[in-house]
Amino acid sequence: MSEATVDATVDSSRRTWLITSCAMGGVGAAAVAVPFVSSFQPSERAKAAGAAIEVDISTLQPGEKRVVEWRGKPVWIMRRTPEQLAALEKQEDQLADPNSDRKTYPTPEYAKNRHRSIKPEVLVAVGICTHLGCSPGDKFTPGPQPSLPDDWQGGFLCACHGSTFDVAGRVFKNKPAPDNLEVPPHYYLSDTTLLVGEEKKA
Amino acid sequence: MAEFKEISPDAPLGQKALNWVDNRFPLSKLFNEHMAEYYAPKNFNWWYIFGSLALLVLVIQIVTGIFLVMHYKPDATTAFASVEYIMRDVPWGWLIRYMHSTGASAFFVVVYLHMYRGLIYGSYRKPRELVWVFGCAIFLVLMAEAFMGYLLPWGQMSYWGAQVIVNLFSAIPFVGPDLALLIRGDFVVGDATLNRFFSFHVIAVPLVLLGLVVAHIIALHEVGSNNPDGVEIKATKDDKGIPLDGIPFHPYYSVHDIFGVSLFLMVFSAIVFFAPEFGGYFLEYNNFIPADPLVTPLHIAPVWYFTPFYSMLRAITSEMMYALIACVLLGALLGVVKARLNMVMKGAVVGSAVVLVALMLAIDAKFWGVVAMGGAVVILFFLPWLDNSPVKSIRYRPSWNKWLYLVFVINFLILGYLGVQPPSPVGERVSQVGTLFYFGFFLLMPWWSRLGEFKPVPSRVTFHPH
Repeated sequence: MSEATVDATVDSSRRTWLITSCAMGGVGAAAVAVPFVSSFQPSERAKAAGAAIEVDISTLQPGEKRVVEWRGKPVWIMRRTPEQLAALEKQEDQLADPNSDRKTYPTPEYAKNRHRSIKPEVLVAVGICTHLGCSPGDKFTPGPQPSLPDDWQGGFLCACHGSTFDVAGRVFKNKPAPDNLEVPPHYYLSDTTLLVGEEKKA
Repeated sequence: MAEFKEISPDAPLGQKALNWVDNRFPLSKLFNEHMAEYYAPKNFNWWYIFGSLALLVLVIQIVTGIFLVMHYKPDATTAFASVEYIMRDVPWGWLIRYMHSTGASAFFVVVYLHMYRGLIYGSYRKPRELVWVFGCAIFLVLMAEAFMGYLLPWGQMSYWGAQVIVNLFSAIPFVGPDLALLIRGDFVVGDATLNRFFSFHVIAVPLVLLGLVVAHIIALHEVGSNNPDGVEIKATKDDKGIPLDGIPFHPYYSVHDIFGVSLFLMVFSAIVFFAPEFGGYFLEYNNFIPADPLVTPLHIAPVWYFTPFYSMLRAITSEMMYALIACVLLGALLGVVKARLNMVMKGAVVGSAVVLVALMLAIDAKFWGVVAMGGAVVILFFLPWLDNSPVKSIRYRPSWNKWLYLVFVINFLILGYLGVQPPSPVGERVSQVGTLFYFGFFLLMPWWSRLGEFKPVPSRVTFHPH
């Protein structure tokens, strides 16, 4: 490089325009990226598929669990036996959030109780572990068994990472899952018909 | 620009054609720079085959992939059936698919060995930092490629594996849930997810991968290969400027590598023909069941090459967080007492430690599990700046270093084994110790790599003609 160019004074007007053009070019590139990134969002069709579903629970036997699909997720509807309901009290000191106070998956007011449901015996919960989204399995037989503590009272076990829940979907302490199972918005259309996916309008 | 080169009209046709091309495109120049006049150290041992093998597997994956796409359907309702169609009805389709699925595992086998070679011989040290960094980027991209490819057969393992990994992103505070939604394109893994993963797996990620491979090789050929002695062969040159301990890559190593390739292909073919599922490790048995969004298989585990990192994810429980907080506090204390820093820097160390501990208490262990899993890969990028050893190769490091590297490898294998197993209390403890060791190995490297009695490094490579 020759001496002249090294010592040449900076033409500040040119530099200003250079910086402005680069900035404008950057803005343009960012604007073009918007539609592409937006296309990653759920499509209108996927959003529309989230409608509420009606479930008839008249044939649900005590101790039976039924799985229905809502927004592509498994929703458990389970009629608990009196023994299972009684067991809910026994291990509350081992639960991470016995009163369902955490806000990540807010529990609706009508399910903020020990059995986490409107009718004490009927559990309605999204069967997706709050850790990483596996669907926990049924472990209703009390007593010692593989992967479970010796004083097990019956509940659910997520086989993926070992999180355990009681029959009200409340998570035990010191497990990877931080939250209780989500209770979806729901209400009873009649004594035996449930609507999952909507709150009762006042 | 090079001079236009005239050639004798009596020259053979081949030479004339080459000259015609060379005047318009640097064909001979490129060949010489990267093959015939690229001088590689003459003391390479068998560890040095895995780079060539990785390139071979890349070619196998691209070619078999192109043919699989001709028959595969990226649609949640037909994907599983189209894979079975390839396996049963497409002539020789089973072979092409098994080559692709075995190739995926083979890729990780050779890449892990290739990285280990770099680790023990200090191939990441100055001036090869960028070779290493590009290589780590290749490893990261390869993991993304393998993960997205695994969703495509749309079996139970594909589905729930993707569900778990995408949900990892939702653990990030504030933006997580929206980010997971953007990745899935739906509220759960579904058709939209399958379609975009297909697009990423067959075009976007392979393009990035190819670009990084080219950058990796260009950077390597700029600085020259390291060798088992960690001696710079460019430091001793003959009067023509050729390294005395170097031999031209072509024909010496090109021919030599054909031997390694033959051995590799024997093993590869044996697996493809006799054990393509490899006992459920290369193709998991649960993946022969079509994806069912309502039922998680009782035991889900990632494919073997992800399991060491998966173990670290599982190891971070709320109990483990107290151990990690203790580590952070201890680190800050050491920084204040031992490190030669001025008061401002020490204040910064204490301040950042306090902020970190506050975050660790405030955010769920789930998020920190994700951080640990990602950090386990990201930390590799920093290896060139973590190692303070005065010598490169393990040959001239203190003897106890060999034991340390052995423990590191065994620890990595144990973590891998635990990642395949269902969760258990004993396994959890072991994986927590293993995770601490893994990170300790790297984070304490600036300290331990300086310790001990180093052996004198020769000025020329050790080489015994045979």
